[in-house]
Amino acid sequence: MTNHWVDIKNANVVLVMGGNAAEAHPCGFKWVTEAKAHNKARLIVVDPRFTRSAAMADLYAPIRVGTDIAFLGGVINYLLANDKIQKEYVKNYTNAPFLISENYKFEDGLFSGYDEKARKYDPSSWGYQIGKDGYAAMDESMQNPRCVFNIMKEHYKRYTPEMVSSICGTPKEAFLKVCETIATTSAPDRTLTILYALGWTQHSQGTQMIRTAAMLQLLLGNMGMAGGGMNALRGHSNIQGLTDLGLLSNLLPGYMTLPADKEQKLADYRAARTPKPLRPNQMNFPQNFPKWHVSLMKAWYGNAATQENDFAYDYLPKLDKGYDVLQTFELMYQGRMNGYVCQGFNPLASFPNKAKISAALAKLKYLVIVDPLATETSCFWERHQDYNEVKAEDIKTEVFRLPSTCFAEEEGSLTNSGRWLQWHYKGAEPPGEARGDMEIMAQLFVRIRDLYLKEGGAFPEPILNLAWPYVIPHSPSAEEIAKEINGGALADVVDPTDPKKVLVPAGQQLPGFGMLRDDGSTACGCWIYSGCWTQAGNQMARRDNSDPYGIGQTLNWAWSWPANRRIMYNRASSDPSGNPWDAGRKLVSWNGKAWSGSDVPDMRPDAAPQENVGPFIMNPEGVARLFAPFGLLDGPLPEHYEPMETPIDANPLFPGSPRATHSPVVRVFKGDLEAFGKSKEYPYAATSYRLTEHFHFWTKHAERNAVTQPQQFVEIGEELAKEKGISSGDRVKVVSNRGFIKAVAVVTKRIKALDCNGRKVHTVGIPIHWGFKGVARPGYIANTLTPFVGDANVQTPEFKAFLVNIEKA
Amino acid sequence: MDINRRQFFKLCATGMGGSSLAMLGFSPHPVLAEVRNFKLERTTETRNTCPYCAVGCGIIMHGLGDKAKNAESEIIHIEGDPDHPVSRGTLCPKGAGLVDFVHSNSRLKHPEVREPGSGQWKRISWDDAFTRIARHMKADRDQNFITKTADGLTVNRWLSTGLLAASASSNEAGYVTHKIVRSLGIVAFDNQARV
Repeated sequence: MTNHWVDIKNANVVLVMGGNAAEAHPCGFKWVTEAKAHNKARLIVVDPRFTRSAAMADLYAPIRVGTDIAFLGGVINYLLANDKIQKEYVKNYTNAPFLISENYKFEDGLFSGYDEKARKYDPSSWGYQIGKDGYAAMDESMQNPRCVFNIMKEHYKRYTPEMVSSICGTPKEAFLKVCETIATTSAPDRTLTILYALGWTQHSQGTQMIRTAAMLQLLLGNMGMAGGGMNALRGHSNIQGLTDLGLLSNLLPGYMTLPADKEQKLADYRAARTPKPLRPNQMNFPQNFPKWHVSLMKAWYGNAATQENDFAYDYLPKLDKGYDVLQTFELMYQGRMNGYVCQGFNPLASFPNKAKISAALAKLKYLVIVDPLATETSCFWERHQDYNEVKAEDIKTEVFRLPSTCFAEEEGSLTNSGRWLQWHYKGAEPPGEARGDMEIMAQLFVRIRDLYLKEGGAFPEPILNLAWPYVIPHSPSAEEIAKEINGGALADVVDPTDPKKVLVPAGQQLPGFGMLRDDGSTACGCWIYSGCWTQAGNQMARRDNSDPYGIGQTLNWAWSWPANRRIMYNRASSDPSGNPWDAGRKLVSWNGKAWSGSDVPDMRPDAAPQENVGPFIMNPEGVARLFAPFGLLDGPLPEHYEPMETPIDANPLFPGSPRATHSPVVRVFKGDLEAFGKSKEYPYAATSYRLTEHFHFWTKHAERNAVTQPQQFVEIGEELAKEKGISSGDRVKVVSNRGFIKAVAVVTKRIKALDCNGRKVHTVGIPIHWGFKGVARPGYIANTLTPFVGDANVQTPEFKAFLVNIEKA
Repeated sequence: MDINRRQFFKLCATGMGGSSLAMLGFSPHPVLAEVRNFKLERTTETRNTCPYCAVGCGIIMHGLGDKAKNAESEIIHIEGDPDHPVSRGTLCPKGAGLVDFVHSNSRLKHPEVREPGSGQWKRISWDDAFTRIARHMKADRDQNFITKTADGLTVNRWLSTGLLAASASSNEAGYVTHKIVRSLGIVAFDNQARV
């Protein structure tokens, strides 16, 4: 979330789309009802199902699964065509006036630079025009046809209400009502907040769906505003924290990335990540990249990371390509992996195409499960009727199962969706011999290190030199680690303008990332978390819930990254001259000498408005990108393509260009393409989702939750039920080209047939929570049905839009 | 004043009732001797965070035992934390069942191994588990670690073993996991955020 949970109460309009907060995040959704009750907010819900969020809505619009870009692109077209944008904001805080290369084109559904054989774009034609001064060229009048504003206007004029209705199946009147309500927030003192979740991420074009929404918020001037923002409602208690800490195949802590093969020297690596400003006077904050990176390497490798060895640069593995989970399981399926460790994660249930996942696990030599619960993955080799049809004797994988603690039995911090790091305490001992994740990892590491010490082996240096200063080496404490994450001074940190002035004496905790240095004098495990455990102690454990400004900015409750800032880009909550767009919910403004207000300013504190320092400090332009000249693999502007399995066989925007039916750059492995289904055999759109009574595959192990939702079911609309002769309570078989599940049918008014491009599209709804372990009744893993393909940019699987058939079992 | 046990409880449920009884000179001693106290009165309260979704609701865990070294602790009740600025004491249908998650029959209690081709689990010691897993990892790493590519680039990566990190473990556990994984050269490494 760019904003946070309580801030939702400040919104005038709330859009819930690509998520179902009322059921998936009930205690957060209470701030939507707060906004409705006390701020006269209007709630809009756009969803294929009439969810419980929809039941609370002032406006509900149905939509076909996987067509959100068409819908939101249509809203952008409405705003531009009807002049319903926050003009001053767009002109000053976005790249709307920037000029794009003359070589940029969009034709037949493809952007310039497409290589059909490689299924890749060369993005060089998408860049800015660079002026004689070396900066990106602009036309402040926004008249030039090559400026972003006009390119965007041209791009989205195809997304007419009629086209939106044809692609999405949304009735035109419902779509226009949504547009009108959203458009009211283009007034500088009105805001829209957007709440989304996996309903946007789990698509072959998930990244671009979210981008379309972010563009909408920029056009309306809602980023950086109280009651505004782009708010990802994350699904797990610390998925935000683990992402911040870089536990992803291509990342390092704090959103730094691993080097690529071709970056053989530290200088190459830095050059690609330390941008030069694209406009004068900008903060261009990533210019500090070397400080973050060197401080990380000092935290990891201590005295072994020196100026002379480029701070142990060779110790970092280099990437020849992405090793996301789909790529990893593809390699495993091909028999090219030997070992795998699952720490609190149940891939057999959570990943697409269960048959492939199961076959892949069976090719491993060893599998290690670290979990508080007996998961399906740990038992993938066990026969459980036709829920899990395998033969144990044929599976040669050696499986270790290590019992770990759960939340109640450990201390540490979790980062919620609003970026708050909250400390929690241990309340009881774990059952039996269970141990904490930290201890398990440390024990394993210490053993491996000892083996390398004794026997030598492949490239032992990074293992032997890993900084391991913990009092009990096989069991570091949460406090020790939290302090390492925050960072400390290894030598005196001095004022760059006055070397005699010591800012942080050697040995002390750092007050924040502003003190990081690139000369090896600071160590910091995750720069964006610096400030979480300072010399003043554990900031994450703070419990002062006072709200002095009355807008929900509890700055002394826990600690929020970055720098305890609660709303990101908050400089944009004031106009270019530094006065708040809305004085009633002021965040930060210019008082003549400095920026101040109800939040920690997202701006250099003494940057006077006349210096024109843009509010989007992480971009070298200083402004937000409506058009992305770099950074995305599938185009600088979001474009609608059909899901990889489409019920209408064609993209209504490009009926004559089959290359543009689906995203042209999505990665599909051999064999998975053949496993996609066609609408002739699998005529119904399907989508998977969660129920309010259950949490993923965990709560089927908890009795109370299992009692409230004991048995697997699927939902279908009345019209489809009638066509297929299915009644509520019948047992049905749902089949995709990858397998089947059997469940009880719930016939509902909540899912309606939609008219799309001249066809009637029915949707089958598939809750995910069942499996063959736990106290709920055994069921089939829903991901037996889903396709093994991910988002073009980040490879998140397409769980939200695929094809099935359904019949009475 | 004639009063039976049930009525005594009713009266004592309000502070006024209890103190008025004492003022009347009525001694509750014989009655107290035969009943149990309300359990939550003597629990130890520990503050924690709901481990399910990322709203991050504050919770109060009530445990038996006073955290003394020889006292065995057991969580008997979990409720919302009314001080928490987001959740304000509420829990959703998922979080309301948390105590059953802590005490689920599916909780694992001992390290186990399932040998290749076997149809069952076998209990092993932690020492055995760590020793065997460390051996597997080192053997695989030594055999398959890639120091240089065919065209001479230094890459120092280990592709044949991967790790999936948790989604509800603490930041501290996550950080330690990351630090170890990269020192080994593992790149097939993701957390739940990928899906």
